[in-house]
Amino acid sequence: MEIIKNQQSIKAPNSLFGGRGGCGIVRSSFIPLNIENVDTDQIIPARFLKGTTRDGFGKNLFRDWRYANDDEQYPKIDFVLNQPQYKGEILVAGKNFGCGSSREHAAWAITDAGFKVVVSSFFADIFKNNALNNGLLPVIVSNNFLQKIFLQSNDATLMVDLEKQMITIDGTNDTEPFEINSYKKTCLLNGYDDIDYLLGMKNEIEEFELNRM
Amino acid sequence: MADTLFNKIWNAHTVKEIEGGITVLYIDKHLIHEVTSPQAFKGIENRGVPVFRPTQIIATADHNVPTVNQHLPIQDELGRLQVEKLIENCKNHNIELYGLGHPYQGIVHVIGPELGITQPGMTIVCGDSHTSTHGAFGCIAFGIGTSEVEMVFATQCVMQSKPKTMRINVDGFLGEAVVSKDIVLYILAQITASGATGYAIEFAGSTIQNLSMEARMTICNMSIEMGGRCGLIAPDETTFDYIKGRQFAPINEGWDAALEKWKTLYSDDDAVFDKEIFIDAKDISPMITYGTNPGMGISINAVIPEINAITESDKAGFTKSLSYMGLQAGQKMAGQKIDYVFIGSCTNSRIEDLRLVANFVKGKTKSADVEVWIVPGSKQVEQQAIEEGIDKVFIDAGFQLRQPGCSACLGMNEDKIPAGKYCISTSNRNFEGRQGAGARTLLASPLSAAAAAIAGYIVSPNSFKGEA
Ligand code: SF4
Repeated sequence: MEIIKNQQSIKAPNSLFGGRGGCGIVRSSFIPLNIENVDTDQIIPARFLKGTTRDGFGKNLFRDWRYANDDEQYPKIDFVLNQPQYKGEILVAGKNFGCGSSREHAAWAITDAGFKVVVSSFFADIFKNNALNNGLLPVIVSNNFLQKIFLQSNDATLMVDLEKQMITIDGTNDTEPFEINSYKKTCLLNGYDDIDYLLGMKNEIEEFELNRM
Repeated sequence: MADTLFNKIWNAHTVKEIEGGITVLYIDKHLIHEVTSPQAFKGIENRGVPVFRPTQIIATADHNVPTVNQHLPIQDELGRLQVEKLIENCKNHNIELYGLGHPYQGIVHVIGPELGITQPGMTIVCGDSHTSTHGAFGCIAFGIGTSEVEMVFATQCVMQSKPKTMRINVDGFLGEAVVSKDIVLYILAQITASGATGYAIEFAGSTIQNLSMEARMTICNMSIEMGGRCGLIAPDETTFDYIKGRQFAPINEGWDAALEKWKTLYSDDDAVFDKEIFIDAKDISPMITYGTNPGMGISINAVIPEINAITESDKAGFTKSLSYMGLQAGQKMAGQKIDYVFIGSCTNSRIEDLRLVANFVKGKTKSADVEVWIVPGSKQVEQQAIEEGIDKVFIDAGFQLRQPGCSACLGMNEDKIPAGKYCISTSNRNFEGRQGAGARTLLASPLSAAAAAIAGYIVSPNSFKGEA
């Protein structure tokens, strides 16, 4: 697993993308979760939402797919996160990832478990926003490209370049551009967050309130 | 220029459009609960900024509360801490809280409308995906994550890209025993659980117009299950009648002014939607889900599809789903034995739902093999059920009438369905483990759930009158 820091990120020590260390590129092996419609109840079941901070959710990521009888003594060996040959900072999943509940805990659990990028052919709206707000980059690829990734062996690596908006399968050199909102991209690369931006607009917001009275 | 209802409301709340098509959207009402707010309060405290507009926020405790003995301290320690944290945060930031023991307490999406807080033309957010429910009043209402809850605390705004628009038209008369839950499960079966992702949905057509407000809420509630950012219905006389006289509804001149404004809230005749779907009400029959997403539904009298009828890319998910559910491809759903019946959740826990169930079960008793939980959506619903004597009907039928909360909808509080057991549920999600680890959820209408409670197995409410 190798992470390349680019110029942009070095200028921006607070960048969230790339694990709060800041980097515009992630190159890593990946974990293939070839399942469609992965909902946020699977990512983190409701009984683990009782925390009042953002930390510590990673250990319960995909809890009920990972362990039999809710018991860490009994990992389900056929689940990818329990297979040591699969590791990395990129999670690759089937279409409609993150559907269902709006719980941001899903994004917290994924980042807490060490992921920096999630790749899918389709993300649910609220999850996509939650991911972006937590420095987790959702990369939307074509179904074709997604299937190509799933065909790779477990030591294959992917390179995700946010600056260039490109994802590459290193071994085959298959490459695809991906879309990201330009404002969100700037935020990720520079470590800006929406709240700072909005707080800077306080006067405009107050003016808006007055005008609609 | 001709415009959609969605655009009219969106534009009226746009503070500014910024780079990349992102809108800074002003929020009229912000609803909060114990699970998705603590980190947001902490966030603004760490930044040293106050809550910007505390009077535009309403709080309640619902997800984590027990539904029996609510007067006693919550036994689950973490759950109790979350509820206590909410009380403390609301006190510190001057936010109105309808917590446990308050006569207005209830599921956040039930109390907003019933108190008259939800009004046409508003923007409403909550850290909960079923905020789409409020769209039944002709407002833009959507779920947000906790970072966005923090944004709204700090600035009363969120930053959102503008969704595309879709209109789902349902026309014609509904058949016997077909209710609004069946309409929405039918739409889901047609367009799938991701069929509306990226869209704001307007529900329209004569069938929708003929529905009561509570029935409309059931439909908008499940917009999110299709992936929709929100779902809305143009307000009309039914809407205005419902709101009038409620605790927080405008009064006197305020009412007249509001009404004048609300009457402009519709999609113009020649408004263009990015996508339109047409549904004939007569094609809809009582529905049931067999799989682990809400799009996997069929008519109760139909059979689960055969594997060769499933598209290639969905085959793996279909098989996984059936194996979790312990059901077979090609199997009939009618006759499937059940263990639990859950009538509740923000989809179907309002007084009309309870009345519908009570009318059906009056004079009958539940099957000996099933446990039946009726969980009213709010203190006010509970109170009204008691006033109408509905509580006695339930007790006589052998049902448990519990206290308001999210209950078995999400497997978070004490009300969970045991692993491997079948539960016919009026809630909105049949995801794996949603009602408890290993629980098997079959989504249906309150009427179908009532019929199953009496029979002990899945049965269409139009063919089973319960005399057997
Ligand atoms: S009843 Fe269920 S869906 Fe509704 S707010 Fe509560 S947990 Fe969410």
